[in-house]
Amino acid sequence: MRFILRIVRSKGFDALMAALLGAVVGVVVAGILFGLYTLVVVDMLSLVVPDFVANIILPAIGALIVLGHMAVGFGSGLGMFRGTTLGKFLFYGSANSLTRGLVGQLIATLLGIGFFNIFRVLRGEEATLLTEPSLVFGSIIGVVGFVLGAGVLTDWILWIGGHKTPLHHGAPPGKPEWFRYFSPDVNHKVIGIQYGVASLIVLLVGGLFAVLFRIELSRPGMQWLTFDGYNTLFSGHGIVMIASILLGVGAMVNYLVPLMIGASDMAFPRLNAFSFWVFIPAVVLILAGMALGGWDTGWVGYPTLSLVTPHVGVLLFLLGFYITGFSSIAGAINLLVTTATMRAKGMSLFRMPIFVWGAIATSLIQFSATQTVGMALTMSVLERAYGLTFFNPANGGQPILYQHLFWFYSHPVVYLFVLPGLGVISELLPVFARKPLFGYKWVAMSSLGIAFVGFLVWAHHMFVAGMDDALRIPFMIATLLVAVPTGVKFFSWVATIWGGKLSFETPMLFVLGAISVFLIGGVTGPILGTIPTDMQLHDSYWVVGHFHATMFGGFVFPFFAALYYWYPKVTGHMYNERLGKLHFWLMVPGFWVMSIFQMSIGISGMRRRIADYDPALGIEARQVLITLAALVIAWSVLIMIYNLISSMRRQPVAVQNPWRSRSPEWQTASPAPEFNYDAPIEVVGDPYDYGLEGSTYIQTAPTLAGD
Amino acid sequence: MKNAKHFIIAGVLVIISTLVLRWILSIIFANPIAASAEAASIDTLSNAHYWMISFLFSLIMVLMLYAVVVFKRQPGDEEDGPHIHGNTALEIGWTIVPLFAVVGFSIWGAAMLIDITRAEPGEMVVGVQGQQWSWSFTYPEHGDFSSAELVLPVNQPIVLEMETKDVIHNFWVVEFRVKQDLLPGSVQELRITPTEEGEYKVRCAEICGLSHSEMLAPVRVVSAQEFDAWVEEKNAAPKYAELTPEERGAIWHSAESGFAPACSGCHSLDGSPGAGPTWLGIFGREEALEDGTVVIVDEEYIRNSILKPNEQIVEGFPANVMSQEYENQFAEKQAEILANEGIEIDVIDDLIAFMKTLEE
Repeated sequence: MRFILRIVRSKGFDALMAALLGAVVGVVVAGILFGLYTLVVVDMLSLVVPDFVANIILPAIGALIVLGHMAVGFGSGLGMFRGTTLGKFLFYGSANSLTRGLVGQLIATLLGIGFFNIFRVLRGEEATLLTEPSLVFGSIIGVVGFVLGAGVLTDWILWIGGHKTPLHHGAPPGKPEWFRYFSPDVNHKVIGIQYGVASLIVLLVGGLFAVLFRIELSRPGMQWLTFDGYNTLFSGHGIVMIASILLGVGAMVNYLVPLMIGASDMAFPRLNAFSFWVFIPAVVLILAGMALGGWDTGWVGYPTLSLVTPHVGVLLFLLGFYITGFSSIAGAINLLVTTATMRAKGMSLFRMPIFVWGAIATSLIQFSATQTVGMALTMSVLERAYGLTFFNPANGGQPILYQHLFWFYSHPVVYLFVLPGLGVISELLPVFARKPLFGYKWVAMSSLGIAFVGFLVWAHHMFVAGMDDALRIPFMIATLLVAVPTGVKFFSWVATIWGGKLSFETPMLFVLGAISVFLIGGVTGPILGTIPTDMQLHDSYWVVGHFHATMFGGFVFPFFAALYYWYPKVTGHMYNERLGKLHFWLMVPGFWVMSIFQMSIGISGMRRRIADYDPALGIEARQVLITLAALVIAWSVLIMIYNLISSMRRQPVAVQNPWRSRSPEWQTASPAPEFNYDAPIEVVGDPYDYGLEGSTYIQTAPTLAGD
Repeated sequence: MKNAKHFIIAGVLVIISTLVLRWILSIIFANPIAASAEAASIDTLSNAHYWMISFLFSLIMVLMLYAVVVFKRQPGDEEDGPHIHGNTALEIGWTIVPLFAVVGFSIWGAAMLIDITRAEPGEMVVGVQGQQWSWSFTYPEHGDFSSAELVLPVNQPIVLEMETKDVIHNFWVVEFRVKQDLLPGSVQELRITPTEEGEYKVRCAEICGLSHSEMLAPVRVVSAQEFDAWVEEKNAAPKYAELTPEERGAIWHSAESGFAPACSGCHSLDGSPGAGPTWLGIFGREEALEDGTVVIVDEEYIRNSILKPNEQIVEGFPANVMSQEYENQFAEKQAEILANEGIEIDVIDDLIAFMKTLEE
């Protein structure tokens, strides 16, 4: 084991990897040059090039370019050329965990497929490379290849051999500080930022899908997509956005919770790194599924469609979805242990910052519900690729079994998505209203209440699937009950700002926008909860509007509020306030228009998940409006991305506590030091006692004599 | 007392806002006509929901925006607001009141559900078959013929007995409001009493693959006399021997044929897109194939494409979509007609004859 590790960590190996990347870059460069040459010299100028130039000189130049890049890469791995841009790029571009992971995934996938075929040949069958069974096997091995290549498993593997591997803090040896973000770093703040950046990138990908098919939908008739293209895009949009939200939740929870409870890190730092890195191959599988012919089942992947659809992509989607579960479960366990055991002295449960309650409620769901969807996905893959029977009634299966298993996770998962966001709202309102959070204990308990009731409502997704009334009616009651703890939150928020001293910086605007949008989602829910009206609106665009309002109000808007609010904490710089406000004033009206008219066309008869609609419905004007609103939202998000990137350079360094918050994370330097607090902190008051003369929440714990 | 003034003003604004919002909702959330008894019931419950939506939305938004306008921090004011921690009575209040509302809606919803799904005496059974991507309907109490359109007599309680031949579909006629999944391996029931004569459409509301968006079929609600006349006409037909090959081909193409899936599910007759190439102007057309070759659509090509659908795939269309079961289904149909009417026909010949009539 150590022998392999020594090879992988040697300079020679670095040089080899950099040379490989050099080869790739060289081929791309040569390809571009050759393309330009063809375009300009051959096509546009129609010059007659002598044969020996075309046949000997040009290929020779191409070979030189490729070899030259390889040579620079090889040298950079050995320590040369690091001063040049190319050398630096080739070295760091090939030495980081993302690239190594992707290479590992590719190689392992091919090995897996090959291994599978060895057995076929041994059994006397023909080797067929890309059959579904071998693809599934290869994909699973590929994920292992990624985490191995990324180096996330290295410590654990060494432990098996009895070797000690102390926890390494800081940049990898011989690498600059920024390289931490491309390594399996164990610091919760680094991992939080990794999650956050990954979430935003995946969000942009999913948003791009949405924009593409929204343009298609703006008019009846097929404009520029095929049915297949449309189906793949909307299915991909669903699962990619779910991946983005899971990553975003990971970002907030990882970065904030240890800081907020006064801990130096998460309980299991290596597991934390694993949770993040295992997510990447999952996203790769999902996107690969879209590229390999796509699929047409939506993100729900109901059998029997998922079993009979001709698209192979559905398997990669199911597997990618499955792999995200590892991340969820490991991350949730980590968070629960951290909050249970690592809180600062004096921080009783009801003295935690309220966001931590949201994080705990979310982790409880993540930790206990993810397994069932994992089961459903496993069974689907086994049935489709290996011929077992669970769901297909033609072979004695039961298709509705899948729906129960699927929604037992996938309904609670929407509460998983929104609870941290609602925590952000409760966290920020007191700061910007300069007033205590109204009814702290009620707000905290309502998070647990939502998480608990959320487990009892899954079958409302199946109200028209063919369930008996004896089952439907209890689920209807449970579903409507969700309104009660959710209502407590709304009323408490309003009571918090009532009579306060409000100011309206960008984070506060996004919090208020979140409340308004989550309210749209909230009030349009009960009509889906009562079964007779659900029989009308189920699977219509009403659901699309309602669902996007809950997701934007419960996650997207609070997430953006959090990005702005903790931006000075994370970077030490203040974001651009004017751009932030511009973002807000584009996105809120944009979203209102989009979701309200989505519901409107749903009532008129627009179904979900259709590539084209009947012009007889008379909804064309509203469809155009929805598309325009979606474009406005998309542009506003790009403004935020620009703001987040550019502010890192241009804006002045923020003061330590720009929001005059009482919360612990603002009482330490920005960005926070490696272990968060220079000295342990102690909780001596309540978190939100704004306006209480002489009260403090935390102080540096007195050190004992002789310590 | 300043607080009391704020509450009174905000309260009045909430009431005004509720009324205005309810009026706006009546425009943007306007229901299509209610063409069934179930729709009429459901609309009363929707109406109550819309009032609730208007009130709750106004309540929170008005209070929030009121606070935003009135309780602004003055520039330079570094003081904190009043130290109010909470109010248990208030918290209990806004937990209990919504609880009652929830229970009320639950009871109402449950009672209505039982009411609109209850079996009624004198129900007429209509069979609904969903398949990728077309509908067909059978009338077991009226001679068991099959039809590509759903025709229902007005004011007659109907029970739809719905089956799917492949994946999950969902029967939804927006004017009837109610919908129900068709689940593989079982018969699902949906009860409807149409109350308004007119022409509607049934649309599949559960994603069912490639051409999900095109899975529509016409629905007609007609008077009892018209229905009887239609049934009679349907039962009189078809004497296949008396029809021309072109007329038979039109039947074989439509969902009326009973072939699963019907040709019409994927191949349009008017040039609109589908899972397969349109049949408009198909005969004699040049088609570029996925393997790069170009063929002229002639008898031989058509026959081969029906019997071996994955051999010659037209560019831009996926393979493995078309069923490979047609040879058997056609043979059964041909045997049935031979037994009933004593003539030998060839379904594919009929289809080719039909295609020749579809000139652009």
